[in-house]
Amino acid sequence: MLNIRCPYCEEDRPEIEFRNAGEAHIARPDEPDRVDDRQWADFLYTRDNPKGWHAERWRHVHGCGRFFNAVRHSVDDRILLTYKAGEPKPDIERMLREREA
Amino acid sequence: MRYHIGNLLRGSLSGQTGWPAQWRDPAPKPSYEAIVVGAGGHGLATAYYLASRYGVNRVAVLEKGWLGGGNTGRNTTIVRSNYLWQESQGIYEHAMKLWQDLSHELNYNVMYSARGVLTLAHSVHDIQIVKRHVHANRLSGIDNEWLTPAQTKEFCPPLNISPSLRYPVLGASLQRRGGTARHDAVAWGFARAADRLGVDIIQNCEVTAIRRGPDGAVTGVETTRGAIAAPKIGVVAAGHTSHVMAMADVRMPLESYTLQALVSEPVKPVLPCVVMSNGVHAYISQSDKGELVIGSGTDQYLSYAQTGALHISTHTLEAISDLFPAFRRMRMLRNWGGIVDVTVDRSPIVGLTPVPGLFVNCGWGTGGFKATPGSGEVFAATIAKGVPHPIAAPFSMERFRTGRLIDEAAAAGVAH
Repeated sequence: MLNIRCPYCEEDRPEIEFRNAGEAHIARPDEPDRVDDRQWADFLYTRDNPKGWHAERWRHVHGCGRFFNAVRHSVDDRILLTYKAGEPKPDIERMLREREA
Repeated sequence: MRYHIGNLLRGSLSGQTGWPAQWRDPAPKPSYEAIVVGAGGHGLATAYYLASRYGVNRVAVLEKGWLGGGNTGRNTTIVRSNYLWQESQGIYEHAMKLWQDLSHELNYNVMYSARGVLTLAHSVHDIQIVKRHVHANRLSGIDNEWLTPAQTKEFCPPLNISPSLRYPVLGASLQRRGGTARHDAVAWGFARAADRLGVDIIQNCEVTAIRRGPDGAVTGVETTRGAIAAPKIGVVAAGHTSHVMAMADVRMPLESYTLQALVSEPVKPVLPCVVMSNGVHAYISQSDKGELVIGSGTDQYLSYAQTGALHISTHTLEAISDLFPAFRRMRMLRNWGGIVDVTVDRSPIVGLTPVPGLFVNCGWGTGGFKATPGSGEVFAATIAKGVPHPIAAPFSMERFRTGRLIDEAAAAGVAH
């Protein structure tokens, strides 16, 4: 079971308080009538599904109820950071370099 | 060597020594007619049918670990074909018909056991869904029948049908041809039969890149054991499909999750059939060794960890304990996880890709084992002919663009 830090509550909490909501930073097309079926399919269904670092949405359903994002490693489950919804996707490579330095 | 009564008897008299290896351990050749990436059940079946039915014998199956070591060796071995939609019925029933003669065809006992699959209903909604499946199956000529709680109990005596259960058993569907098969024997049987037809099964050989020519078509792969050329590549990499397809710059409509299973200590025969419940989320059967084989759920997040969370299997064991009070004191010997590749409609992807010469067979999610022979057969036809087999055609990647999804997720009403 994961231990996840909610960036709103600022508390570390067990995974069962949260619901995962899939890949983060997938924006709905601004002008839906201007995109073709291929772009809709990408928005709805196509995912990176990486073996490695993954930016993903979580919702603190049994806490504050709010959505936030996390960067988690899909092989060893390490969580690099959690951050509030609306904040830009962090530069993961740079963060890892800085941690090592 | 072909197995027959004579050499089996000789084997039993000579202490089972002197059996030759069941397949060769070849080094990769520079080129093949076709490469299959992944030596699980589906990949090995693909290679076998390519060589046996579609005249493609110069085939290499590349496996980064050992054959049958992924989900083929980790699943709960259930075989059934009672799906709702006609497209699904087509592919799963195709597999079911192949299961029935598979041991004979492969000259290898895959221990297919048609012991019956019960699917329990626990609510009015469940009854409606399960009966809808029964009717849809019968209209397609697939056996499936509705049982009352008393009939269910008669078919499966250890089942608790007490009305006081939190989720009481209000009936069940029964597919009598459904049952189990020995998962390892399926991989080994296909591997041995494919090897006899000249297929090279190359283990400890991880694909690291997919090579493409100036026209974009595939020309081969790079591996940890050198480059191998082939004009056709079939990717059958289950949970790692997105990872492999990214080597050809193809993004997939897949997410990979850890799915767990458990086995108990072995006991004498106690459970005569397979019991599944979507409502309380548990499924169980008993292996020929006597272990209770229990399927659990997926973790809620994307993972390649092959280790599921304990609260997921605990939840399943609580459901099993309610349904089978006699099993409450059983000890679980092992639990483990496999990485399953899940599509949004919970139906597989079998067919062509945007890259010429590159084919994909994936997205079997949490229930691919039952389809192994059918999946391999239609995928082999698709690779050999370069056009989708009619049974595979509805399962193209294009359905996510056209919107013609085959929504078994909603049909099953099951959480994963």
